[in-house]
Amino acid sequence: MSKGRFGIHGGQYIPEILMNAVIELENAYNHYKDDPEFNKELTTLLNEYAGRPSLLYYAEKMTKDLGGAKIYLKREDLNHTGSHKINNVLGQALLAKKMGKTRLIAETGAGQHGVATATAAALMGMECVIFMGEEDTKRQALNVYRMKLLGADVISVKSGTATLKDAVNDCMKEWTTRISDTHYCLGSVMGPHPFPTIVRDFQAVISRESRQQILEKEGRLPDAIVACVGGGSNAIGSFYHYIPDESVRLIGCEAAGRGIDTFETAATVNVGKLGIFHGMKSYFCQNEYGQIAPVYSISAGLDYPGVGPEHAYLHDIGRAEYVPITDDEAVDAFEYLSRTEGIIPAIESAHAVAHVLKLAPTMDKDKIIIVNISGRGDKDCAAIARYRGENIYE
Amino acid sequence: MSNIQNAFRNRKAFIPFVTCGFPDIETTGKVVRACAESGADLIELGIPFSDPTAEGEVIQKASIETLKNGITTDKILDFVEDLRKDVTIPLVFMTYANVVFSYGAERFMSRCKALGIDGIILPDLPYEERDEFADIADKYGIDMISLIAPTSENRIAMISKDAKGFIYIVSSLGVTGVRSEITTDIKKIVEQIRQNTDTPCAVGFGISRPEQAKEMAEISDGVIVGSAIVNIIDEYGKDAPEKVREYVKSMTDAIH
Repeated sequence: MSKGRFGIHGGQYIPEILMNAVIELENAYNHYKDDPEFNKELTTLLNEYAGRPSLLYYAEKMTKDLGGAKIYLKREDLNHTGSHKINNVLGQALLAKKMGKTRLIAETGAGQHGVATATAAALMGMECVIFMGEEDTKRQALNVYRMKLLGADVISVKSGTATLKDAVNDCMKEWTTRISDTHYCLGSVMGPHPFPTIVRDFQAVISRESRQQILEKEGRLPDAIVACVGGGSNAIGSFYHYIPDESVRLIGCEAAGRGIDTFETAATVNVGKLGIFHGMKSYFCQNEYGQIAPVYSISAGLDYPGVGPEHAYLHDIGRAEYVPITDDEAVDAFEYLSRTEGIIPAIESAHAVAHVLKLAPTMDKDKIIIVNISGRGDKDCAAIARYRGENIYE
Repeated sequence: MSNIQNAFRNRKAFIPFVTCGFPDIETTGKVVRACAESGADLIELGIPFSDPTAEGEVIQKASIETLKNGITTDKILDFVEDLRKDVTIPLVFMTYANVVFSYGAERFMSRCKALGIDGIILPDLPYEERDEFADIADKYGIDMISLIAPTSENRIAMISKDAKGFIYIVSSLGVTGVRSEITTDIKKIVEQIRQNTDTPCAVGFGISRPEQAKEMAEISDGVIVGSAIVNIIDEYGKDAPEKVREYVKSMTDAIH
């Protein structure tokens, strides 16, 4: 079995042309991950620039309203650039810089990873090109503008379904044309080894903090962690430091779109099967001949036909559960959290909130749930208004 | 010696690529026969994949259109069965790992053997992952073709030593597609391969003109042409077989 495996998942299923690039990246990462100087620089960036640690907020009104478990929100939405994506991007950009790279390329779905990458590139004086599905550039026009404002070129990808999967395809292709000065700043815990490990390690700051914060506030570990899953970076970051704690349920919320009994869904673990795509073995939405299925979700950030290999493994061994949440449920939760706590979550994060709305009332009042609010919802307001039949100008 | 290596024995090999089912399976049959009749030594049959990350625009577009028209792995396997009634030159499949994986590697390779397919090229299965299918391919005598890229450098020896059939040298950075010139030092790559194996090596990616083919054939054992042929098929549709015949003739004349 090749490197970078999580059970049977993971690996490095990429063209030969990229092999030395990922090996170079792996070597550099192994060198810098334990380097005190690198870690000091990264911690300074995370604390002074991105605003970490993020708050662990007790959602008292929501808890009382639901009448069950105590609910804490891990506020990744308060990070600079408005989502958890900055955690990984600052790590990778710093690593790329140490490797002597001068140019960052990245895919983006909702635009959050693209904005974070463009931000890091601006900060570190690097060139930046973002690939975004044409469909997503329409759904997230404001983020396209933000990326351009930050100095990035945004390439609108028209092939295939013109969404996140196609943006990944074209970004990988771009990397094969220009490797020596370019780092592919992959945005999720997916792709070929070492990306799933690197991205997970940089996102693990979420659970490192939340574990310490909940111990300070409650004197004990939570009973459940809930996070949304597309590729799965905020979820793995939220889960990671609790994986050895068997008493903590780990729950990933997949985008069911119009429902897992329809073709308009992106709930990979629930409806996909084992396959090989985008550099990894994992679960994918695909047809009987292995052709990757066009997936659908109201959320551009979860609209992806695969899932990171570590999630596939956590599913296989039964350590984490993956539940489907429909568009309707997510939109209801988006509105609920806004109204109840005065916090507008990203539509991606609203999938996690939606599950908490079902889960919390079934649990005793002495139980604790931490839900990861992976991003803020400003970017989604116009789309949700349209979903509710109201046309507003962005 | 494998059937594939026979194709390289007496002369430089010309290797055309076609996307099976583009624009329809009957035309593909005629195109393949036209290639064989005008001197092709080995043919790459593309099984389309929804997300061909090693392909440029031309082959990607052909792949997507073909899938939209309802082509499947089973239909292509049936097509090859028919093709093998009169086409005797070596044939290799070119597709992506998930097509083989989802069909079931054992089932896929055993069908390949039964159909007289000689090899398979999977651009998203690098050396490190060859064990995914290597044993099963060996069992059925299907050569898994290794690729070597301009970035392979220190990996060339390792890849060459285990190579089967022929070695596919990727001429340039980037994806498949016509290029005005090839700037990689192919000669040096071939020399490094030669130090490690006698397996023949053919150059692909970006070759479209007879002069380019001649130049590449002089420093290697053969040339692979894909996008230029798929372009002709795209332009002429059902009338493509005769155009491809003329084109392949011009290329084989240049290198044979």
